[in-house]
Amino acid sequence: MMNRQGRPSTPGDASSGAVDTVLGHRGLDHEEALIFEQGQAGRSGVDLPDVPAMASRLGSLGRKGPIGLPGLSEPQVVRHYVRLSRRNYAIDMGLYPLGSCTMKHNPRLNEKLARLPGFADLHPLAPLSTTQGAVEVMGVLAHWLKVLTGMPAVALTPKAGAHGELCGIMAIRAAHVARGEGETRKRILVPESAHGTNPATAAYCGFTVDPVPATADGRVDLAALKAKLGPDVAAIMLTNPNTCGLFERDIREIADAVHGVGGYFYCDGANFNAIVGRVRPGDLGVDAMHINLHKTFSTPHGGGGPGAGPVVLSAALAPFAPLPWVVEKDGRFELVEDDKGQSFGRMAAFNGQMGMFSRALAYMMSHGADGLAQAASDAVLSANYIQARLSDVMTASFEGPCMHEALFDDRFLKDTGVTTLDFAKAMIDEGYHPMTMYFPLVVHGAMLIEPTESESKESLDEFIAVMRRLAEAAKAGEVERFTGAPHYAPRRRLDETLAARKPVLRWTPPAPAKAAE
Amino acid sequence: MRYLPLTGDDRAEMLAAIGAPSVDDLFRDVPEAARLSAPVDLPYHLGEFEVEQAIGAMAAKSRHSGVMASFLGAGAYRHHIPAAVDHLIQRSEFLTSYTPYQPEIAQGTLQYLFEFQTQVALLTGMEVANASMYDGSTACAEAVEMARRITGRHRVVLSGNLHPHYAEVIHTLAALHGTEVVSKPAAPAGEGDLAGDVDGETACIVVQYPDVFGHVRDFTALARAAQAAGALLIVAVTEVVALGALVPPGAMGADIVVGEGQGLGVGLQYGGPYLGLFAARAKFVRQMPGRLCGETVDATGRRGFVLTLSTREQHIRREKATSNICTNSGLCSLAFTIHLSLLGEAGLVKLAALNHARAVTLADALAGVPGVEVLNDTFFNEFTLRLPKAAAPVVESLLARGILGGVPGARLWPGDPAADNLLIVAATETNSEAEIAAFAKTLAEVLA
Ligand SMILES: Cc1ncc(COP(=O)(O)O)c(C=O)c1O
Repeated sequence: MMNRQGRPSTPGDASSGAVDTVLGHRGLDHEEALIFEQGQAGRSGVDLPDVPAMASRLGSLGRKGPIGLPGLSEPQVVRHYVRLSRRNYAIDMGLYPLGSCTMKHNPRLNEKLARLPGFADLHPLAPLSTTQGAVEVMGVLAHWLKVLTGMPAVALTPKAGAHGELCGIMAIRAAHVARGEGETRKRILVPESAHGTNPATAAYCGFTVDPVPATADGRVDLAALKAKLGPDVAAIMLTNPNTCGLFERDIREIADAVHGVGGYFYCDGANFNAIVGRVRPGDLGVDAMHINLHKTFSTPHGGGGPGAGPVVLSAALAPFAPLPWVVEKDGRFELVEDDKGQSFGRMAAFNGQMGMFSRALAYMMSHGADGLAQAASDAVLSANYIQARLSDVMTASFEGPCMHEALFDDRFLKDTGVTTLDFAKAMIDEGYHPMTMYFPLVVHGAMLIEPTESESKESLDEFIAVMRRLAEAAKAGEVERFTGAPHYAPRRRLDETLAARKPVLRWTPPAPAKAAE
Repeated sequence: MRYLPLTGDDRAEMLAAIGAPSVDDLFRDVPEAARLSAPVDLPYHLGEFEVEQAIGAMAAKSRHSGVMASFLGAGAYRHHIPAAVDHLIQRSEFLTSYTPYQPEIAQGTLQYLFEFQTQVALLTGMEVANASMYDGSTACAEAVEMARRITGRHRVVLSGNLHPHYAEVIHTLAALHGTEVVSKPAAPAGEGDLAGDVDGETACIVVQYPDVFGHVRDFTALARAAQAAGALLIVAVTEVVALGALVPPGAMGADIVVGEGQGLGVGLQYGGPYLGLFAARAKFVRQMPGRLCGETVDATGRRGFVLTLSTREQHIRREKATSNICTNSGLCSLAFTIHLSLLGEAGLVKLAALNHARAVTLADALAGVPGVEVLNDTFFNEFTLRLPKAAAPVVESLLARGILGGVPGARLWPGDPAADNLLIVAATETNSEAEIAAFAKTLAEVLA
């Protein structure tokens, strides 16, 4: 059966007992055409005043032809996006155990405060005397971040974690250059378990990436690391707690060893949420660390961004921080835009992710010093609870307590015909977003589960019951339940190979002949 | 604590199930000396009302654009955002979802990204567009990196009329690779032909459209000259609404078009988060940074969308990735695409025409102020004035009279005396004709 767009719209497969519906909708689940397949020329969802007639100053460059955008009224547009929204999973709907991503609750107070016109309706180049409210938020946020990390300085402008990594590595590079060692220090050590952004950042900055192996207990191999150290090492990029969800016990020794050869310690702080308020990275020998405000401090992930990645810096690196920055003078906060000094320069236009700063500060002030530590404790407790309750039916990759996330691998699926991917897709049928799959790379078929502190015990128990039942089903040979999954999502499994082989990256109007039929 | 569901009893039961005596015991891998025994020196938790009061008091210290007539532009523009935009982007399913790595339960995000990519491609006149970058400036710097990869060359020419923040970001990144960056001097009255600056070593030339002073120029000949020399033409657009009125850069032969999408849906927000637009010729798609959403089918043949061509990206390629970008500007791209869907073809064209008309009215009014020279023959919604004296103190005087009267040259080119008397002024649909008349009158008073 074809719908108006000439697209196949068979609902589900025959074996599920589903019936064909006229338009392909299934109850509350609506098929929704592309916005380009809807609408009429001349319709608009916005009323604007008449444009006074006057001679154009566009020179010869006034647009000659149509753009090709569809026209829709407001009710049509609202319906389109509401229908689309219903095809997404979200934290507000259920546990979202994506390890490393920290899908915690996003308080709505933060949304409300970020929209105050004193922050949201400020032009980035408005006279500094008019933007005191925003600059104060930046100053207070900087203070909280410095106290929480035990670090003397912070660069607020990086726009996400990876941008923070870039900031930290550029500061490290600038420090080496200032010492006259820019040409000699060309190597950055990156553990095999690192997130992809770490090696990508190091390479982007012109360094060679030297992988450091992990030990059998999921941590950096200190002996192997030491063997790799030398006068050409610029830095180590180490995630702590690491991407296996484990605290690097030898962290001080690692820091000392790297410092011993004149290198710096960049810490990927994506997992700071596990230790915030309980451990200060400044006490661990860290020289630079980004903080994903969209993880630890709950600014919403928004389907992929935006984020913010402030970087705390040691005294040695602080002089190289990017412009602009905030200084406090007699209780007032000032934005410094052009005092270049030793700064490595500017990483982005304007002043950073203000909309994220206000949200993160609201989150911090709501929790306070006590609540942030409690949040970290609860996140760690919940992950350990999951690890403890699942270890007999799934295979935990490492022994001992984990931090904020529990890592399993696919040994328990051996000979079942079910893969990590299949297992993940079956979780969708059970009403859950899957955990992070196939990351970190150091274990086979990784399943990284991060519950965060936002889940009640009832919610954790339900999740555990589902995971146990699925693990048993896999072992009992109920293979179709997995390989055919998801059965109950808006789409069955999507063909990613086809998408990559014949990329269709935008809508194109149907050929005229077709349109005429 | 209102955000933490676990009770004392829950915690005790969970510890028992784990077999740990205390939560502290779970932190036993942390070196003893680094474990804090008491909360850090910051205030304790607060109720919602108290936080709202404290942060509200900070916000109240700003004097925001809404309470004054604002003529600020230079890379960020104040446009009216329809109420439906902010409502829709706050739908939980959009706001609180992650990157669509599980496409079967993320078709909402993926379909709007596909629509967004299509809109950006249409606006810029390019074949393909990605699912967003952090902002216009970082998109621009990434475009330069991409041109280096494509051409294997390491010399970059920047128009002097490229937004100085954009140029600085390019300089910052170029320093990492020893790329030679040739920055042309700023030309407030309009830049001459740059074709002569492109040579056989040049990877790309970067121009802005309209440029930072507001001039609108045809780059068709420059594109041809660059391509004849084996270089790429990168066009940066900092005011996306302009593309509703202007010939798209793609039609001039641009190889890569980057832009700041803030003008649609996103708002001012003191500079961020913003929305980087990135579009290119299809033949360069495998060198593009960032996420791409593509069409495919599911196991039953129904159309669906997935993230694709990820072998360019850090999570697959690690140190060989085209960029390290991971989190992008997802929700801002949603705001943009909703605003643009509401406008539609007719609405965007009219919005752009209205912006242009307001700017023409403003330019004519300000040109009548004694001592003021309008430096532009062509412009969209922004142009540059040369004042008879330094612009920064004039802006302060205007502010004292309730007008945000433009961005003084000294703010963007600090320490450059040639910029001191320049004032970059923008008008949008949010500026009434009465405001425009009042601005001209006040400027005359301030300069008198
Ligand atoms: C361990 C780790 N490092 C770095 C990043 C990159 O952060 P962002 O996505 O904010 O750029 C992530 C996020 O996915 C991460 O999990």
